[in-house]
Amino acid sequence: MTRTTPRPTIFSYCTEPDTLARLEWLSCFLTTGKHLSFYASFGTVLMLLAITAPVALVFGFGGATAARASLWPVRMLGKIYISVVRGVPDIAFFMFFVIALDQGFEWLRHQVKCPEWTDPIRQGNDFIVCAAAKLPLNTDPQWMHEVYGFLIAVLTFAIVFGAFAANIIYGAMNAVPRGQLETAEAYGFSPHQTFWRILVPQMWRYALPGLSNLWMILIKSTPLLFLLGVEDIVFWARELGASKTARFTDYPHGDWRMWYFLALLVFYLAFTKLSEVVLERVMRRLNSGQAVVPTSGKAAA
Amino acid sequence: MKKLIMTTAALALSAGAAMAAGHELVRLGTEGAYPPYNFLDDNGEVAGFERILGDELCKRAELTCEWVTNDWDSIIPNLVSGNYDAIIAGMSITAERAEVVDFTQNYTPPSPSAYVALSADVDLAGGVIAAQTGTIQAAHVIETGATLLEFPTPDETIQAVKAGEADAVMADKDFLIPAVEESGGEMVFVGDDVPLGGGIGMAFRKSDPEMRAKFDAAIQSMKDDGTLNTLIVEWLGEDSPKF
Repeated sequence: MTRTTPRPTIFSYCTEPDTLARLEWLSCFLTTGKHLSFYASFGTVLMLLAITAPVALVFGFGGATAARASLWPVRMLGKIYISVVRGVPDIAFFMFFVIALDQGFEWLRHQVKCPEWTDPIRQGNDFIVCAAAKLPLNTDPQWMHEVYGFLIAVLTFAIVFGAFAANIIYGAMNAVPRGQLETAEAYGFSPHQTFWRILVPQMWRYALPGLSNLWMILIKSTPLLFLLGVEDIVFWARELGASKTARFTDYPHGDWRMWYFLALLVFYLAFTKLSEVVLERVMRRLNSGQAVVPTSGKAAA
Repeated sequence: MKKLIMTTAALALSAGAAMAAGHELVRLGTEGAYPPYNFLDDNGEVAGFERILGDELCKRAELTCEWVTNDWDSIIPNLVSGNYDAIIAGMSITAERAEVVDFTQNYTPPSPSAYVALSADVDLAGGVIAAQTGTIQAAHVIETGATLLEFPTPDETIQAVKAGEADAVMADKDFLIPAVEESGGEMVFVGDDVPLGGGIGMAFRKSDPEMRAKFDAAIQSMKDDGTLNTLIVEWLGEDSPKF
């Protein structure tokens, strides 16, 4: 069998893996290009979480504010967003919505960039837009396609989790005691001031338990990335763990998926535990100095 | 800021130069999990029979090609949606698929599918047979009346037999040969080979006939000068059918 690619290795002794002792073999095996991609994919997942969480919170805040708006169409929009997205199964959303979103963007760009185009966009099963409207452009390098795929993933995650966050924040806003808002009005606060200075600062402590739940679910749902074509940790664990014959690799091995998935288990458990500790601290901070806790003696003072 | 503008201008220029070189960029979609046809090597790059073949076809058609991996389940939807331009993933030419995409002429002759099991005396007609979802083999297993057990990747079908979940696996014989050889006698071929499909071809969008014609011509030229047969012997073995 001819080798098609050179074999860059991190350790100099890795050029002839079949002759190595067990420990050295393992050190070479765990530093192949493929394994480095696997390690990098942990970064991808963490980055997805780091970007998605704030964006989803913005979606949630927007959705909740819209659902409470006094203007009827805005209120309807907020409520429809919350109930439709919450009602559709994640898997269905990730399978179909993403292709629809991608095609939607390309259709919009097509309308702007190629007004003289006369061919139909849908030809049977094919979705055809002019070359200038493709996202990313067909001529772009592969990494641009990967970044675009990642951004689409962030947006989809943010829309889905934003709907759940919206419902939590909506409830939290309603949980802030009426008297607080009435007092603000009595002091001559405008509705705008009441919202930003009284309602929003106080609603977080009601929202946080729900939001922390949501964060935990978000951490665990990152394997859905694979459905979106982003090569995440689960993809690589499956690919690396699958049995390999000596004809196609320098490191043949049997079915090792169990060990790779065990590593993922440890990662997810450690990460959720860390989140729990941090969220616990945030909660304590938000609760301190709150005047509305009825059991506290301070409230009366 | 000025530096940024300069860099952008330089980028735009170099992109223009690359375009001017005349090689159209074609994105080739493959699965990367079906050795010896296509798989990811130790560096995570696409390798295998189709990698060599695809690169040679692109050279002959004077195109610049880029390899993209995609899950087998959504490999056709992503082609018709325009996320890449061609499928080159050990995909057999069938009438059912040809309703959605257009195939080039085949680049391997119709090659047999086969059953592999842990022992030679399994019941192929009444047992549980593993096959990859959405393959011609999966369709064939249903026709034979056996119980079909589907898996998303080819590797899992073999693991299912080793684990005793399925009595036998059905797949392209070229895929099974290395698995049987490397198993050290644990796995054996069972029953007769079954000819399925019309050979393997590249798939294109129906709205993309010019590009399909280019690859079709390139495949023809490789058939004519015998290089395709050399590749088949090198990657798929001496016994694999040739042109």
